[in-house]
Amino acid sequence: MDLAVGDGKIDMKRNWNWSLWIGFFLTLAGFFSYQFFAQFPVTRDFPWANLLLFAVGAIFLLAGLVRAFVRPQLYRGKVFGSIFALLSLFIFGFFAYGVFYVLRQVPASLSAPRIGEKAPAFTLPDQNGKPTALMDLISPNGAILIFYRGHW
Amino acid sequence: MRSFQRRLSDFNARGFRLAAISVDSVETNQLYSRKMGFTYPLLSDADAGVIRRYDLLHRGAGPKGADIARPAEFLIDSQGIIRWVNLTDNIAVRARPEQVLAAFNERRGD
Repeated sequence: MDLAVGDGKIDMKRNWNWSLWIGFFLTLAGFFSYQFFAQFPVTRDFPWANLLLFAVGAIFLLAGLVRAFVRPQLYRGKVFGSIFALLSLFIFGFFAYGVFYVLRQVPASLSAPRIGEKAPAFTLPDQNGKPTALMDLISPNGAILIFYRGHW
Repeated sequence: MRSFQRRLSDFNARGFRLAAISVDSVETNQLYSRKMGFTYPLLSDADAGVIRRYDLLHRGAGPKGADIARPAEFLIDSQGIIRWVNLTDNIAVRARPEQVLAAFNERRGD
């Protein structure tokens, strides 16, 4: 119950603890902007833009929590601030697990062709269905083969 | 792959070709290359035969647990010999065209 100290009256003047809302919003932004920032190599190779959003969000959440707990007669947010903070921790944990663990589960490919070896020959259809052989690709000055995960 | 499309003229100017390989079907590649404006070949290795031969299969990592290719880049010279390889240990980190051009230029002694 939002009963203020004093003569037991409901204090309508307690401030809205906006810092908690901004902090939680920034945490959500840090998480959901992954797809966006993953489009650009600079922000994909290391997700610093997302981590920055999480960090600034954490600062706002902490500031809001301090307000709510140190000056509860002035600021709201003891309960919902704690819920926001816990949710934010969980969201950040999930993000960190994905980015720093799941994305690094790549097969070792120990038998992949090495430098100095002949590239295994192949013929595969291109996007127009035209059969394309490695031998066609490497003239006149060689080629770069990019293996990728596919589009879905 | 978008960044490679943007630098395609640099590759073409060196007589150096570019091709991308995945398990996607010809139809998917056609739609995808049209949508993204890719003009270099996207090759369809639907049964992952070539991906397997290059030991690049990532089991169960695709949609609905499908086997797909792990990201990898190979620079191959005009004799078919591999001159540079990039096997990333992070799916999100792939070779950039600048790296590939640098590897190519280094070989040619530019």
